[in-house]
Amino acid sequence: MPKLRSLEELQKLREQLQGGIRARTATSTTITVGMGTCGISAGAREVMHAILAELDRRGINAHVTTVGCIGMCSKEPLVDIQQGDEPRVTYGNVTPAMVPRLIEEHLVRGSVVEEWVVGRVGG
Amino acid sequence: MTEQYRADVLVSCLHDRAPELLPALEKEVKDRGLGDEVRVVEAGCRGFCFTGPVILVEPDGIFYVGVQPADVPELVEETLVKGRVVERLTYREPASRKRIPFYKDIPFHSKQMRVVLRNCGLINPTSIDEYIAVGGYQALAKVLGTMTPEQVIEEVKKSGLRGRGGAGFPTGRKWEFTRKAPSDIKYVVANGDEGDPGAFMDRSLLEGDPHSVLEGMIVGAYAIGAHQGFIYVRDEYPLAVKNVGIAIEQAREYGLLGQDILGSGFDFDIKIVRGAGAFVCGEETALLASIEGRAGNPRPRPPFPAQSGLWGKPTNINNVKSWANIPVIISQGADWFRQIGTEASKGTMIFSLVGKVNNTGLVEVPMGITLRELIFDIGGGIQGGRKFKAVQTGGPSGGCIPAELLDLPVDYERLKEVGSIMGSGGMIVMDEHTCMVDVARYFLDFLKDESCGKCTPCREGIKQMLAILTRITEGAGEMADLQTLEELAHVVREASLCGLGQTAPNPVASTLRYFHDEYAAHIVDHKCPAGVCKALIEFSILADKCTGCMVCARRCPQQAISGEKKQAHVIDQSLCIKCGVCQDLCKFDAVVVQ
Repeated sequence: MPKLRSLEELQKLREQLQGGIRARTATSTTITVGMGTCGISAGAREVMHAILAELDRRGINAHVTTVGCIGMCSKEPLVDIQQGDEPRVTYGNVTPAMVPRLIEEHLVRGSVVEEWVVGRVGG
Repeated sequence: MTEQYRADVLVSCLHDRAPELLPALEKEVKDRGLGDEVRVVEAGCRGFCFTGPVILVEPDGIFYVGVQPADVPELVEETLVKGRVVERLTYREPASRKRIPFYKDIPFHSKQMRVVLRNCGLINPTSIDEYIAVGGYQALAKVLGTMTPEQVIEEVKKSGLRGRGGAGFPTGRKWEFTRKAPSDIKYVVANGDEGDPGAFMDRSLLEGDPHSVLEGMIVGAYAIGAHQGFIYVRDEYPLAVKNVGIAIEQAREYGLLGQDILGSGFDFDIKIVRGAGAFVCGEETALLASIEGRAGNPRPRPPFPAQSGLWGKPTNINNVKSWANIPVIISQGADWFRQIGTEASKGTMIFSLVGKVNNTGLVEVPMGITLRELIFDIGGGIQGGRKFKAVQTGGPSGGCIPAELLDLPVDYERLKEVGSIMGSGGMIVMDEHTCMVDVARYFLDFLKDESCGKCTPCREGIKQMLAILTRITEGAGEMADLQTLEELAHVVREASLCGLGQTAPNPVASTLRYFHDEYAAHIVDHKCPAGVCKALIEFSILADKCTGCMVCARRCPQQAISGEKKQAHVIDQSLCIKCGVCQDLCKFDAVVVQ
């Protein structure tokens, strides 16, 4: 690692490093991936990797967490997105190819991708 | 691009309890194909010393205690693969027996306020990158980029920070004295010579977040005008020495130590000095002598180190915890810091809560918290449901505070008023089975050994007080001894050269003040009410409770117990050495002490 020669270089380094400890810092966004046997066999792990990669590419601060089967096995892989006090939105039959649009529209622009929604909880 | 993980598994307290745990976890995570989404991190101490090793799974905040390598497959399968809590590994509250799965909900944690220990247990202490990612070295950047040395000193003065080594001198004023002292060469020193038996906060900080101490020192050196610093750390703390060494190397690589730090033109470097383990070297002038390579003896002040310290040059010496407060004060501002604590004692204090308390460990709390909250809410009360008797604060030379004063808010002044000290933040909880005369004797015995012997009041005074206390515990004391003890305590306190002697009488004076009856019982009645002092107690067997099981008779090392099977047993007092084995063994509470 080369020496930091200015305050700007330290700031730049910090920004680069922040993603590395994202799981430990507070965030208002949690993305939950259903990772029961049903979810895994339907490709939930690939979806989760796609989410992690997309978040990283865009530098979005969000937690990604896994849960067991919720009972809606026919719609797996299921991905929930919760932001602050908003209702928790559940998307069904998610594929890695859908991930960029999901993140672009829901997280960046703040509009729910209605056509993929299978349910909402709370809010 | 940095690596992105969905979960971090933070493992604490590995080095003592379960060295195999970390490799077992790493292997299991890899074997289950989770290597690129779950990261295992070796983190510093969380203070949960009573129940380690502990694991925190983030971002969910699931907290596991007492985890053994055998638990690893289940933990990984359930929590990391399926996202479920492993109930049996969660923390169980001693009072309610209720399981608490999430870290934030545990009273031991939720009543604390972690400022100095902000990163301990959260980041990998051997990674400067993690320290920078959580905001580390931002205070240094702010200081070098936007503040003059005078402004830094003003900010620290305004914060109200006082020396965390125990004496409580205002840190900003100390810096100002050193800055104003005329000299080209000045030094800053971090005192990590933690000598109190049972205190381990300096160790925990140096092991768990060494960069916070370095950052504080660099900021301080800039404010004071020093270009060389020393961290004095005990060699009995090998992991602290190692982690501080790694931190210094990393900081040098990044140019945060050395020439022209961050292009500011400011030069500063730090060396580690390893202490050989003398209690008196925690005293600043003795510590400085030790750094210079001389015997660790104190010298009279003035001149204070701010005028004439290392090699006769102005030297600013602060405890490692004081240094670690600095980056937070600079980043969050003095006004934020001033909101925490009491009128004259700002910020937080770290206590090592030990003794007869359920949750032993390191706790950081705002100044002004009451002893009751500390011991009963955070500490979870007294072990075995016994009665609280006293708490000794501030290490071996602190005073013992009785139950009547449990609602005392803890700060520098209040502790002094009741005859104790903040000291290092040691906090030893005692229950009804503790003899206060014996406690005073025990601590003076420690202090007698640790007195450097340079000045007479300390060297001879402690020895004489110890002789009298020993006599009392042996049942040979007289009431006039108490008067002599008071006088000796006064002389040693007033006439000793350094802090060691000046505080050494505290255990005696405070127990005389609050537990006078217990001294009188030893002297007049020849009884030790707590059943501790061997010369004054007698073990006997209650005939109506004894079932004649013969367990005690078989195990008595002196064969002092006799009796037929299924008949009440008796102890031959002429043979009994009062080891207490019979009492520990008896299942029927038939053995009593009088």
